[in-house]
Amino acid sequence: MKDKKVLKYLILIIVSLVVLAILNNVLDSYQRRIVNLCAVYIILGLSMNLVNGFTGLFSLGQAGFMAVGAYTVSILTMTRQMKEMNFYMKPMMPFLLNLSSLNISFLPAYVNDFIWFLFALLMGGILAALFGLLVGAPVLKLTDDYLAIATLGFSEIIRIVIINLQTVTNGALGLKGIPVKTHLLWSWSIAILTIVFISLLMKGSYGKAFKAIREDEIAAKSMGINLFKHKVMSFSLGSFFAGVGGGLLAVSIGTIDPTLFKFALTFNILLIVVIGGMGNIWGTVASAIVVTIAMEALRFLDEPMNLGFMKTDALPGLRMVVFSLILMLVIIFKKDNALKANFERIRGRYAKN
Amino acid sequence: MLKIDDVTMQFGGVVAVNGFTAQIDEGQIVGLIGPNGAGKTTVFNVITGVYSPTKGRILYGPDLNEDITGKRSDQITNLGICRTFQNIRLFKELSVMDNVFIGNHLRLKSGLLSSLLRLPHYRKEEAEAYEKASYLLKKVGLYEEREEKAYSLPYGMQRRLEIARALATEPKLLLLDEPAAGMNPQETQDLMEFIVEIKDEFNLTIFLIEHHMDFVMGICEHIYVLDHGMMISQGNPSQVQTDQRVIEAYLGVE
Amino acid sequence: MSLAEFMQHLVNGTSLGSLYALIAIGYTMVYGILRLINFAHGDIFMMGTYLAYYGILFTPIPWYLVFILAPLLTGLLGLVLEKLAYKPMRGSPRITILISAIGASFLLQNFGILVFGGRPKAFPIPGILDTTLTVSGVSVDLISIIIPIITIALLVILNFFIKKTKTGMAMRALAKDFETASLMGININGIISIVFFIGSFLAAVGGIMWGIKYPQLMPTMGVVPGLKCFIAAVIGGIGNITGAVLGGFILGLGEILLIAFLPNLTGYRDAFAFVLLIVILLVRPTGLLGEKTSEKV
Repeated sequence: MKDKKVLKYLILIIVSLVVLAILNNVLDSYQRRIVNLCAVYIILGLSMNLVNGFTGLFSLGQAGFMAVGAYTVSILTMTRQMKEMNFYMKPMMPFLLNLSSLNISFLPAYVNDFIWFLFALLMGGILAALFGLLVGAPVLKLTDDYLAIATLGFSEIIRIVIINLQTVTNGALGLKGIPVKTHLLWSWSIAILTIVFISLLMKGSYGKAFKAIREDEIAAKSMGINLFKHKVMSFSLGSFFAGVGGGLLAVSIGTIDPTLFKFALTFNILLIVVIGGMGNIWGTVASAIVVTIAMEALRFLDEPMNLGFMKTDALPGLRMVVFSLILMLVIIFKKDNALKANFERIRGRYAKN
Repeated sequence: MLKIDDVTMQFGGVVAVNGFTAQIDEGQIVGLIGPNGAGKTTVFNVITGVYSPTKGRILYGPDLNEDITGKRSDQITNLGICRTFQNIRLFKELSVMDNVFIGNHLRLKSGLLSSLLRLPHYRKEEAEAYEKASYLLKKVGLYEEREEKAYSLPYGMQRRLEIARALATEPKLLLLDEPAAGMNPQETQDLMEFIVEIKDEFNLTIFLIEHHMDFVMGICEHIYVLDHGMMISQGNPSQVQTDQRVIEAYLGVE
Repeated sequence: MSLAEFMQHLVNGTSLGSLYALIAIGYTMVYGILRLINFAHGDIFMMGTYLAYYGILFTPIPWYLVFILAPLLTGLLGLVLEKLAYKPMRGSPRITILISAIGASFLLQNFGILVFGGRPKAFPIPGILDTTLTVSGVSVDLISIIIPIITIALLVILNFFIKKTKTGMAMRALAKDFETASLMGININGIISIVFFIGSFLAAVGGIMWGIKYPQLMPTMGVVPGLKCFIAAVIGGIGNITGAVLGGFILGLGEILLIAFLPNLTGYRDAFAFVLLIVILLVRPTGLLGEKTSEKV
């Protein structure tokens, strides 16, 4: 029976990869970009869900770790000429400038390219995880909104450091001309791997320990779970995927700069996680796809509209007004369960007296 | 097994426990009683590392050579002391099975990576953990409910689930905080038999807090009585029952 | 650094600190009672500034009246925000409410972009306030002197209100023990509304003075000061008004003096607050004047 289930998933994966390969040839470049972004946001949504939804650590540091991944991948994959063109204000550190892609002579160029790209993504993830470890170790003793603000603070610190480290990151000017990888199989394979990874994690003993921490910290530590160790684990894993997602984002859009990694980016991911449901893997996947497409589809809201009887001017901001409203409505309607539980509790108390 | 040596626990100006000393020997069932607010749960919290005592020491082990004062809760549980909670603290949104399964997590030898890749030795460990959890659930009569979420169980079952979860950590010393709270006489009677049964089967030493006097008197070999954080009496059930100070503490002095 | 320069930095730091203090009070009062980070508070501050901007440029109302009306309107806005975004969530997990607050913050910012436009606007400074004083070689903007004076005056009034009036007492009771106080017949909703009104009013006063001192308006102008003022409240011990003021001054003075003495770090100016926050949270999580609390087991 178990093998049957595995088989079912394998078939599902193969079918989706085939569909994606076909889509890759049918879609125009704009549509391809959106489908690509869906994969990126699946990874980012799952990464935030691991930390916030499954482990119950309210972290708002996503954008910072994404930035680490994005810059790492960009610097590793950009050509020397591109780097020289970008760094016209201040030259790049020679070591980073001379970093060049893998070149094993007997392998065809695209294989070299592919291996190097995977290596770059992995490095992006690992570096982000290291940052996660560094940030997590001091702040994970905090709880609830203190943790939220501290992680948001760290994310901003990372951004400020990026702006100031001109010889590494080109500062506020950002990086242009990152080699764009838009083949859908690249991004979606990694998204599927992430789904598999998070599912296996949550099925196993460690994932369940994470959930136990979310449910009740005091009970969890009384059951012998080392809170700090497990929180750091979850946080670093989450950062790893944020880094990978950030790296993929960079190679999907080709241009990055520090303003991209402001809190608004974390907000987008939070929106996905809240709509999909905290601690729900398939919900996150579905909502990542819906939100990403909706973000693009609703771009018309920001543009001038012809309503038949009247024409409006361009309305920049309207789209995000709509999304902020959606977030608030979802959260207000979802809280019903919590409200009901509260009611029961209050009633129980009066009944007892 | 356990020695509480002159422990004082102070919160700001409030002295919750004042110079409490007690000793529990291996294989005993020892009771801790006292009126509401006497500091009983605080004693448990100090033993299990939720609080670090203001003064005094907690010694543990066959020869009482392990000083566990101020250790972290998870370290203490690792050494073989596990507890239940007065106000039930289950992992509410998780299944009954998962609650007990998580109790085994501290005994897991495989690392994160082998769990992720589901390497053979992890799979073996996991299968054993599920087997153990199933056994414990059958023991407490919750096997049929294993797929239910913990919060959906009735109160009495939740108490039994907490005990099963604690047993999954493989404790040597089990601390039960009001295990019979809210139970009717028949259920209380069953619980007494159950506690003796698990004590024998798992070689446990048990330290419990309880308000049901029949329960405490019927099951405990030794009893400590706390009032306003001070120990006012100790001894076997009949000694404690006839102690004038205990009667005064419960009924008040005219 | 000459003494004159140092004095100049000191004045600038004090006035920035006063602004932080005014905004931080709103965070700390709301947190004290509802245990909620009013994430949208920085955006309320922004709204207050824009209201004053439009009041001066597009209504015939004289500027000094605008400077009173705009904070009053902003106070109402804060009150309405609470009713719409926070009140339905009361009793939910804190994280859920925080998400709602984050949503409200983005809503206000994007509403700002939609209605006010995303391009920076210049705050119309009344001529009489737009002067620079020179006292024995130290030249400072008039507004840098006015800011601390108005801040202190408002603090004195607020202090009187909280310590001496019945409403103030109810506020303190709610902050101390929400459940008990609510059983004592205190009109919780009324008090919470007043708290949001006061917090938003003070933020708008801060916003107007901010606009005069740093006259560039943007719909996102509230984000960074908002975060910093929350940090100020945490540094001082959240829930504690004196602490918020103390935190505001520490942050304002620290920021200005840091870049005055170490100009190399100018680029890291905004990181200062966050670093300070993390240090405080690790060393003294309840802040300088906060009380220790622990969860009941």
